[in-house]
Amino acid sequence: MTPLILATTDAARHITHTLAPMDFSRLMFYLFILVLAGFLGFEVIGRVSPTLHTPLMSATNAISGISLVGSLVAASGQYSLTSSILGMIAVCAASINVVGGFLITDRMLRMFKKKDRGGRK
Amino acid sequence: MTTDINIVISEWTYLAAAILFVLGLRALSSPATARRGMFMAEIGMALAVVGTLLYTQILTWTYILVGAAVGSVIGTLMAVFMPMTAMPQRIALSHSFGALAAVLVGCFKYLEYGGEGLGRLRMTALGFEVLFGALTVTGSLMAFGKLQELIRGAPITYRGQNIFNVALFFTTIALFLYLLYEPNAAWVFYTMMALGFVVGVLLVMPIGGADMPVVISLLNSYAGLAAAATGIAIDNKVLIIAGSLDGTSGFFLSILMSRAMNRSFANVLFGAVGAAPAGSDAGKPEPRTVIRYTPEDAKLMLESANSIIIIPGYGMAVAQAQHIVHEMTELLVSRGTSVRYAIHPVAGRMPGHMNVLLAEAGVPYEQLFEMDHINDDFQNTDVVVVVGANDVINPAARHKKHSPLYGMPILNADQARHVIILKRSMGAGFAGEDNELFYDPKTMMVLGDAKQTLTHIVQHLKK
Repeated sequence: MTPLILATTDAARHITHTLAPMDFSRLMFYLFILVLAGFLGFEVIGRVSPTLHTPLMSATNAISGISLVGSLVAASGQYSLTSSILGMIAVCAASINVVGGFLITDRMLRMFKKKDRGGRK
Repeated sequence: MTTDINIVISEWTYLAAAILFVLGLRALSSPATARRGMFMAEIGMALAVVGTLLYTQILTWTYILVGAAVGSVIGTLMAVFMPMTAMPQRIALSHSFGALAAVLVGCFKYLEYGGEGLGRLRMTALGFEVLFGALTVTGSLMAFGKLQELIRGAPITYRGQNIFNVALFFTTIALFLYLLYEPNAAWVFYTMMALGFVVGVLLVMPIGGADMPVVISLLNSYAGLAAAATGIAIDNKVLIIAGSLDGTSGFFLSILMSRAMNRSFANVLFGAVGAAPAGSDAGKPEPRTVIRYTPEDAKLMLESANSIIIIPGYGMAVAQAQHIVHEMTELLVSRGTSVRYAIHPVAGRMPGHMNVLLAEAGVPYEQLFEMDHINDDFQNTDVVVVVGANDVINPAARHKKHSPLYGMPILNADQARHVIILKRSMGAGFAGEDNELFYDPKTMMVLGDAKQTLTHIVQHLKK
């Protein structure tokens, strides 16, 4: 285990040391966003009603379909044919998540009712 | 020097999207506000897509439109026609799609810019992205296969499995580290990706069906982390935020789920529940007898009860019995009986599985109670009706030290005055542990399809 940890820290040092100053500030900026969004996530998700844990999963799934944004760039036709095709498949996969994810989340949420309203008799 | 107006617009749409995503998730704190929240998240998504299209130089729309059209059609069909009982499979499958998009974007970046062109920072992010993504793609597909019963749901194990997996995992990490020193070594990049796919399969293969809630949550988290890494690799902040939210959400749920099973992550991932202990127990079958009761007997007992708690389990989902359960509840409530539902956190195959099914049947969410809120009430309850649940009420979890269930918090069904268990057969639950509650004198076993049994009970109640 120890050699692995050493190798990892060595690599981390190597990476941060050999980064251009511009890249280093960018790394730190992104890490700040990542970590703070993570903490925010814990706060927000912790308050989600356990009843809604399944819709929560499908909602976060739909939201992480935001990788659609990256896929669009790949599929824009500026790059090689391989990239365009990779991009097309990525756009397809991401839109399944976005479109399907939001639709099914809504379908589920519509079902959660309070007392004395509808229900199958 | 002025910034391109399209970039300005797209950055603002990204900020708006990030805010709307957070507000949307926050609205999930109550079923009353949840739909509105999701609407906000949808607007956020639309804004982000429009913003991206604005600043991206699009030479041809063909690939984008074909991809988006095919994806939207598949997504819509899946959303409209997928039955609620198949929700765990769908969730698993969608993790796979999300991760696939991340992997492909990673490949595209590496292909176009090469290791050197990306610089070390993006290369590191790219490595994470492709590794987590690949692992999630195949891991989720395995989970999907198990839930859809395309693959045997029971844990698949072999000798030396853990050692092999760990070795493979470290090889993959080593390749990743090597790639950071030699970013141009394309073969390392693609080998690492391939190994990521293999690790995903091997990781989920030994995990049994009852552990799926943890696995699905964990894969949810990985899919999110892959998206966040994509964000760093392609310099997109909204992707980092959305991915991070997804990642923490999945992580949060998996902690919750493993706590509900009183097991560590490591134990869920490498423990392979049910394999060894079931084998050692199988050698000494105890000839115990169970009296089979009829639906009429159950009806008489329900009629005389003042308070009833219903415990649904995966069996209810399999039998599609949620509607008839609700009908029975309504009948009993109209007679003045108090009826509540007790939901174990890991009942079913994903977090919140039972809640969704019961909501589908029209059960108001006020009738659903979490384990911690209802467990002390069992001792004052006349009748507990167990619909297709087993492991979550198995008293072996309290005292049988060698049981794979030992230590798991269970619903105190055995403390109620009477227990009615609706079950297809006398078989053991997913953990392979025989349930002594079945043989308890106060227990009334009604064997058969839960839906049919309940239909009989409802017919008798109506008379």
